[in-house]
Amino acid sequence: MLESLGKLVTESGFAGFFSNPDGWRNLVMIAIACVLLYLGIKKQYEPLLMVGIAVGCLLANVSSVFMTSDGSLPDALYHQQLWDNFLDSTSPYYHSYGHIMAHGGLIDILYIGVKAGLYPCLIFIGIGAMTDFGPLISNPKSLLLGAAAQFGVFFAFFGANLLGFDAQQSASIGIIGGADGPTAILTTTKLAPELLGPIAVAAYSYMALIPMIQPPIMRALTTEKERSVKMEQLREVSKTEKILFPIVVTIFIVLLLPSTAPLIGCLMFGNLLKETGVTERLSDVAQNALMNIVTLFLGISVGATMVGSRFLTLDTIKIVVLGLIAFAFSTIGGLMVGKLMYKLSGGKINPLIGSAGVSAVPMAARVSQREGQKANPSNFLLMHAMGPNVAGVIGSAIAAGFLISMFGG
Amino acid sequence: MKERLVLGIGDNLLDAVLGYLVVFIGLTLLMTVIVIVGKVMVAQSKKSSAKTEAAKPAEAAAPAATAPKKLAPGSAGDVKIYDTDPRDAAMIMAIVADKLGKPLNELRFRSIKEVK
Repeated sequence: MLESLGKLVTESGFAGFFSNPDGWRNLVMIAIACVLLYLGIKKQYEPLLMVGIAVGCLLANVSSVFMTSDGSLPDALYHQQLWDNFLDSTSPYYHSYGHIMAHGGLIDILYIGVKAGLYPCLIFIGIGAMTDFGPLISNPKSLLLGAAAQFGVFFAFFGANLLGFDAQQSASIGIIGGADGPTAILTTTKLAPELLGPIAVAAYSYMALIPMIQPPIMRALTTEKERSVKMEQLREVSKTEKILFPIVVTIFIVLLLPSTAPLIGCLMFGNLLKETGVTERLSDVAQNALMNIVTLFLGISVGATMVGSRFLTLDTIKIVVLGLIAFAFSTIGGLMVGKLMYKLSGGKINPLIGSAGVSAVPMAARVSQREGQKANPSNFLLMHAMGPNVAGVIGSAIAAGFLISMFGG
Repeated sequence: MKERLVLGIGDNLLDAVLGYLVVFIGLTLLMTVIVIVGKVMVAQSKKSSAKTEAAKPAEAAAPAATAPKKLAPGSAGDVKIYDTDPRDAAMIMAIVADKLGKPLNELRFRSIKEVK
């Protein structure tokens, strides 16, 4: 009886915190998961993904505590070792999804969707189906602001290299500045999968913090007069133009940079479903059911990569700092080109719409609207800012495509 | 996956600048394409609206009275009815057609007048 009780105690997860050499790290990660849950639920920081990421982190670390004497983790939902073997070209299980299916836990199997680049692309179909490119079509100059706001991506790429990260890791860190979660996840999965956890958390945390990160930079770089500029009403866009847009963009951008095909192709496919008017059922599925299911799987599987032994490192702190720098410099890039457009247009363009070029849709556009209205209460910049905002989605996909083609396989 | 690369400062800076330029060039070219497509679409819609505008005054100039009345399908023409109830007139036409053994739409009634 006592022997049985003793066995139960020594085999419990609580004992594992002390018997497992990385047990304390798992304990810290459980605390971090609880903080993320608090941020997601109470503060509502990107709750749809943050709650999933936090629970993934919690489950992975709770179930990874107890290790058997042979070093295996029979009850774990996520096995870091399996994925290390998957990526190790000398391992017999190199790129073997079969081995993962046979030996993995629930989250290992869900993670296959991340590894294969499936979830980010499916999410892009949903984003496309939810996006109205009308403001961008009516004001194509918005694309320049979307391009300018990728400045942070390349600035952080440069900075990460200086801090000792290799080119693939730097590219993955830089793409945080694109302010586009699925793009960051896809790029990191392809280039530096070992950094997926901290990069995903940094990307989604900063996206949620845009209303706090951007306004001080916007106010510092623009004058009251510039912020109070009222912009002319946009022209109406015909249905035909809206249908043609995704087709033209897909052909043009994918031919220009083939590595953007998964993201741009899926984004524009989703948008075409929305605009055709004859595929309403599919558009509805993409916007709701598909998006929700994939968000669920993506959140929990990305969160599971935050295993203590990998997450609690100095690199994570560097990534968090570089992510913030990337966001700030993307905002600066957009604002500077916005100011240039203000000068060239004779004061007709409000430079605040430039900061919306970071692709956090629609939050960045809302921040432009709010700041514009603070300077001039009769100012309505939202639709004008939506142009650069959706242009930023295309811009960050092109930046990701460039980085993947330069440093990927 | 490619072998992990460690870049020197020069290459690092070059790649960063090149990447930013690629994004700019790509989106500038896309902007040009969208502007061209937009101009074609606006020109087309202007053309079609100009056609509609041109058709409108011509329609307004034509006197309404001269426009030929549309006949009901299968009808042989109008009939003028004087001091007669339309139901009676319809009945008379039906009886005549029946007596003649001809379908109603092959007969032409000019007018029906009650004889007092």
